[in-house]
Amino acid sequence: MSAPPSERTVSPLIFDQGQRGRANRYVERGKALDAFLPRNLLRDELPLPENTELDVVRHYTRLSQRTFGIDVGFYPLGSCTMKYNPKVNDTLASQHEFADLHPFVPDELAQGALQVMHELERSFCSLFGMAAFSLNPSAGAQAELAALLVAKKYFRDRGETQRDKVIVPDTAHGTNPASAAMCGFTVISLKSDTRGRVDPAEIRKVLGPDTAVCMMTNPNTLGLFEERIHEVTDAVHEAGGLMYYDGANANALMGNTRPGDMGFDLMHLNTHKTFTIPHGGGGAGHGPLGVAAHLIEYLPTPYVVRDGDRYRLDFDRPKSIGPMRSFWSNFAHAVRALAYLYANGAEGLTKASQYAVLNANYLRVKIAEFLETPYPEICRHEFVASAQRLKKETGVRALDIAKALLDRNFMAPTIYFPLIVPEALMIEPTETESKETLDAFVDALREIVETAKRDPQSLMNAPVNTVVGRVDEARAARQPDLRWDPHV
Amino acid sequence: MATPQDLRYSKEHEWARVNGDGAVIGITDYAQRSLGDIVYVELPKVGEQIKQFGSIGVVESVKAVSDLFTPLSGEVVEVNGALDGDPAAVNRDPYGDGWMLKLKLSNPDETKSLLSAEEYDKLAAE
Amino acid sequence: MYAPHTQADIEAMLRCIGVDSIDRLLEVPQALRLQEPLEVVSALPEYRLRRRIEQMAKRNSGADFVSFLGGGAYRHYAPPAISALAMRGEFLTAYTPYQAEVSQGYLQAIYEWQTYICLLTGMDLADASVYDGATALAESAIMAIGATGRRKFLVSRAVNPNYRAVLRTYCNGLDVTVDEITLTADGTTDLEALARAVASQEYAGVAMQSPNFFGNVDALDAAAQVTLSASGTVPVAVIAEAISLAALATPASWGAQIVAGEAQSFGVPVAYGGPHVGFIATTNAHMRRIPGRLVGKTRDSAGRTAYVLTLQAREQHIRRERATSNICTNQAHCALIATIYLALLGETGLRDVAALNLERSRELATAVSNAGIKLRFSAPFFNEIVVEVGRRGRDVLAALQERGILGGIDLGRWYPEYENCILMAATELTTTAEIGKLAGALQEVGRVGAAV
Repeated sequence: MSAPPSERTVSPLIFDQGQRGRANRYVERGKALDAFLPRNLLRDELPLPENTELDVVRHYTRLSQRTFGIDVGFYPLGSCTMKYNPKVNDTLASQHEFADLHPFVPDELAQGALQVMHELERSFCSLFGMAAFSLNPSAGAQAELAALLVAKKYFRDRGETQRDKVIVPDTAHGTNPASAAMCGFTVISLKSDTRGRVDPAEIRKVLGPDTAVCMMTNPNTLGLFEERIHEVTDAVHEAGGLMYYDGANANALMGNTRPGDMGFDLMHLNTHKTFTIPHGGGGAGHGPLGVAAHLIEYLPTPYVVRDGDRYRLDFDRPKSIGPMRSFWSNFAHAVRALAYLYANGAEGLTKASQYAVLNANYLRVKIAEFLETPYPEICRHEFVASAQRLKKETGVRALDIAKALLDRNFMAPTIYFPLIVPEALMIEPTETESKETLDAFVDALREIVETAKRDPQSLMNAPVNTVVGRVDEARAARQPDLRWDPHV
Repeated sequence: MATPQDLRYSKEHEWARVNGDGAVIGITDYAQRSLGDIVYVELPKVGEQIKQFGSIGVVESVKAVSDLFTPLSGEVVEVNGALDGDPAAVNRDPYGDGWMLKLKLSNPDETKSLLSAEEYDKLAAE
Repeated sequence: MYAPHTQADIEAMLRCIGVDSIDRLLEVPQALRLQEPLEVVSALPEYRLRRRIEQMAKRNSGADFVSFLGGGAYRHYAPPAISALAMRGEFLTAYTPYQAEVSQGYLQAIYEWQTYICLLTGMDLADASVYDGATALAESAIMAIGATGRRKFLVSRAVNPNYRAVLRTYCNGLDVTVDEITLTADGTTDLEALARAVASQEYAGVAMQSPNFFGNVDALDAAAQVTLSASGTVPVAVIAEAISLAALATPASWGAQIVAGEAQSFGVPVAYGGPHVGFIATTNAHMRRIPGRLVGKTRDSAGRTAYVLTLQAREQHIRRERATSNICTNQAHCALIATIYLALLGETGLRDVAALNLERSRELATAVSNAGIKLRFSAPFFNEIVVEVGRRGRDVLAALQERGILGGIDLGRWYPEYENCILMAATELTTTAEIGKLAGALQEVGRVGAAV
């Protein structure tokens, strides 16, 4: 991301460019609007800038050059699974017969689209040990919400409305407690043990007739496998509760072990993590929701059903929680995920998660030579290092290391998460990175740690090679400027 | 910053300047330093009755959110509206310009349950 | 598989880790080992997987029918410059821009998106996007509930039925009651019924869609605005066809405090339902309640203009169970597409598109009328019309389908009283020839129907 000094000037907003009268001619000239509607129903002005296509192309090309993606460099962002996004997936998703297919097209004219969804669903069921998946939720967080709505309705139907507690380990993603609150559940936060795991004895203490759901991920956000998971799921089931699997870390076990076999009743997938859908700068995501057999009828509508060699969208599901979104699914993403499944098959998916775990352990061992790793044991797809000792010795924090990595053409790891590790650096390399890339990252990190001991101030000023320096977040939040204003 | 001797403190890092049946409430220097750059303070409405140690608002910094608890019970008679435009005052001057609300105390005896400056310093050092 | 390791790499890495096989790294208790082979689609080389999925695509003949489908997803012209820019790998493969210094480009693009949405809706601020129009409505209801402390929400029956269904899904979770306002005979919201309902002062907010699901302009009038204001009910405007914003009076001008919208029309493919892109715009008073990411303009350490995600303390990763919403991922890439679309079209281009939508839909209305089909409503409309076909809408649609035409949407699916009605859309892509073909087919179908 380093740019020569001449490039490091402010990029003007599209609103400060162009001239009225430079409109591009994509459609015919329209008549004056008051030929169709009375003036009192029309707007007064439409103050949008007018730029030639060339200027627009240059503007957004320039903005792309000021943006770091996987296609630019290594992206070891813990918990986000930033693996390579194959280009063939995009080509397939954007072909005319998918892109221009209207969601209200009758089922018989959309058989191919329905087949895509059905094949994807069946494959997910086998891969993760679930009875059914809904492709309806728009992203992981929405799938979590849908799962808790399923649980709420399930308990209501069973007359167990007193179940209002959701148990969430302290290593959990922030969406877990936020989703629980949106269903009127009260959150019980569970402390991890000294090995960074959920202790079944601790969970038994909080279980009771008010237990609704226990939300976990395995491996957890420290990258550690919860090997006593069966004790947890058994205890929760004995108390009458449901187990929810947060699929954010599914890349660690895909094709090797299955949440369904661990005893989970509900789970979501972030196909934009595990199944190579591009993150697109923060979305669109795709969050399939999987359930065990006793919860199928509660899944969101519509559900794709196969009758013989015909597929259809089933809306007639009286116990369903209802739809989570305007239309059936983030369908273009289902195409991408299916293409990825075809590129791999079962064997390839198994290997993918194995290599993800291999890469994470390799990095963990190499990085342990110069940074603390609070849980020094075999990890899964990610691990957490800590800059606590370095901070004590030099004043250099996890944040400074992150910014220094940006100067060295690497994306920073996730920092200050999970919350239980001070000065956390959460690193997830994914399976698509080569040994050479991992070695280069280790070298950069080692050099940063050495610099911290010699010249800590230089790191506290980082980044210096990027288009802007460290950004004043306090100013942004104290005096919110959220839009360009034509009158200022 | 020295902890003012004339104030009383809660374990949740709020201070109270008690004067007869009135009190001014804010958060301590230790609290503002722990939170970092404070960007927004959400306070109760004037006229609201609040109970000792109850949650009465929220203090937001760039990357953290913290509940605000009242060290004493009473009726809110004034809130520091200046914090809306200048939340940084809490960082700059936690015991002065950064005050948060004024209470008419419903039970001035509660003051006894709060910590002295010395006791609070001990707590904050832990 | 897209994994790069050679056997030599694997061995070197295992040596470094100090284990003798990859299996050692993935050991699980016996009970968790796979008990049976996985039933996943079989692996294919790229040229064959491509052929296989292209064959599936070909079974979507619906993409090539003459189509008058709308109802919340609209086919509009998207210049190829959009995908040439949006599909650049830097944009496509970036994560949420947490590291602002290497994400200035995307952050600036989202700041531009927020601005475009404000300019189009007339509101003070807009978020960086939400999943789609329906979730925008549900999240807006949550904003209104938070702002008022009331536990009931009101929605017009003229709001897109899919949006209303999602609103119910979300409100069931929160144990919030959703009530509906009835329609006038002319396919608009009954504003007198609205006034009576909100007089109870029990409703947190009321949602109206304009143009509504039937295509009719359906804004609050001055009297309703006064009533709402007096009752403390938050007016929420729903926008499902974003092109209308270029023509119709802004939601801000008719009193909306929150606008819940869908911007698919701005260059985003219909794609069998997604991804599309929702937005929420609101007034400064509700700034702290708006869900989703917000990009703000600030300065860097050297005083240069810089952009950054801001007001993050509202969000789930900090506020956890006290967050205003659990939304994490948004629809950034679709918002980028919409931003580029708006930049390319500009004021004149967007106004032209709006005018052509008005023109073609009137051409459609005239043609079906001339074919002897009655327009159900006489209210002013944008680019959709409701026609009454004299027998069940779905039977007529089936007959049109046999003639290669997707004639519209069967309203009986949601409105029993309109089971003889079809919702038809025309956009700038609808040609005179297609309208002629539809009118001809309707006459033919009518004759067949009469004969039966």
